[in-house]
Amino acid sequence: MTTPVLFDLPGPKARTRIRIGTVIGALLILGLVAVVLIRLAGNGQLDGQRWAVLFDPRTGVPQTLGRTLVNTLEVAAVGMVVATVVGLLLAVGRLSDHRAVRWVVGLYIEFFRAIPLLVVIFALYFVLPKYGIRPSAFQALAGGLILYNSAVLAEIFRAGILSIDKGQSEAAFGIGMRKSQVMTQILLPQATRRMLPVLIAQLVVLLKDSSLGFIIGYFELLRGARSLVEFFTPRFGSEYTFQLYVAAGLIYIVINVVLSQVAKYVERRTRRNTKTAAVKDIALPADAPMGDRSATSAT
Amino acid sequence: MQFLADNFGLLWDAFLTTLSLSLLAGLLALVLGTLLAAARVSPIPPLRGLATFYVEVFRNTPLTVVFFFMIFGLPQIDFILGFFTGAVLSLGLYTAAFVGEAIRSGINAVSAGQAEASRAIGLTFGQSLREVVLPQAFRTVIPPLGNVFIAMVKNSSIAAGFATSELSSLLPRLVNADAGQLTAVLLGVVIAYMLITLPLAFGVHRLERRVAILR
Repeated sequence: MTTPVLFDLPGPKARTRIRIGTVIGALLILGLVAVVLIRLAGNGQLDGQRWAVLFDPRTGVPQTLGRTLVNTLEVAAVGMVVATVVGLLLAVGRLSDHRAVRWVVGLYIEFFRAIPLLVVIFALYFVLPKYGIRPSAFQALAGGLILYNSAVLAEIFRAGILSIDKGQSEAAFGIGMRKSQVMTQILLPQATRRMLPVLIAQLVVLLKDSSLGFIIGYFELLRGARSLVEFFTPRFGSEYTFQLYVAAGLIYIVINVVLSQVAKYVERRTRRNTKTAAVKDIALPADAPMGDRSATSAT
Repeated sequence: MQFLADNFGLLWDAFLTTLSLSLLAGLLALVLGTLLAAARVSPIPPLRGLATFYVEVFRNTPLTVVFFFMIFGLPQIDFILGFFTGAVLSLGLYTAAFVGEAIRSGINAVSAGQAEASRAIGLTFGQSLREVVLPQAFRTVIPPLGNVFIAMVKNSSIAAGFATSELSSLLPRLVNADAGQLTAVLLGVVIAYMLITLPLAFGVHRLERRVAILR
């Protein structure tokens, strides 16, 4: 937020009111925090020994969480790389000179953007085996992430390519370049630079979506926490349950916050760059906003 | 097809569950999101801080994690919700962060002169927000809001992983059917989702044209 336009610079009376509001607001927030803490303490959830289990290698907890974190990052990394490559090819296909290619690629993109990602993953995991192909949980999850995100990324790339001034490709054709040369040497390098912030934001969304693996039993962070709980419960009751869940959730949030910050940093750099500074906002595909679109467009 | 006809009741129930889940969560998200946007431009610092914190946390948390906490985490501190209530709350609280961001960008898009004029005629912060700024802000953000809600309908599928029997959950539930039958169910599910999202997209488009402000 820049200068407040919705309220005047407060005078003495308003300042008193704001101060009162501040105190009441702060008290309310503190009250809320206190209620939660009391609730937690009442159940003994705040005992240091209960949290210590998260860092004690003898219990195997840090190892399991670490391994599942690697699994999460692994599927996300595979998804990111493949979806970016496929998305790029789809974008080129959508801008093809051949109507048939444009049409087929367009159908693919519209179809996968219209249905929930989880349905795609379920289709790979539950329906494909009926036809004799049995993907593992990893393959089904990665496949779903690739199919869905390549469609979204294709739209992002397409918007980026279309945002390049027409003179660029005309000049390139004018000096006798072929279509493929114009695309790979003139259009894509410029488009990529412009698309970078949005691209990274969408890759963060992909990482978030990799948590869907929990539902089909891929051994990612949440599933890891859940299996630890199932392992501990017969032995210690639900003593460590809450702590394990909080740990898994926090790791997810921290990774995502870090990646979002990277995206914001890249965006700021891109904006400072004189080569790309003059770019107007690039229209995003319809389903990007559930990701961090507002981070790139709300300013 | 016979199989689909036999299981039509199942498909219909699942469709209604997805629909009511989306409607309730959407309502929650709209109300909470508006309050969040209002809080983020308010003169009271703790409110601004709280709303910013809320939006940042929920935007950076995978929805699966939100569901996970709502269904498995909260019972550990003795808040026990039903599966459906948990799903509505998870989806609504998560989407509210995105709705709040969309509306805030709309508030920023209302020209400063409007707010200045309403202050000049003596409206308080609450009045100028309610009577002048928000009505205009809502009109400008109808397309992005529509996208948020369409994405929300698709996101409601995650409830399938947490014991709500909505559309997507039919696939794992009917997994013992044979190839043709399961494929038919998959098709039914895809079509059912489109029965919600396509009219929604159409309605948003109509609404957008109807209430657009000429500037």
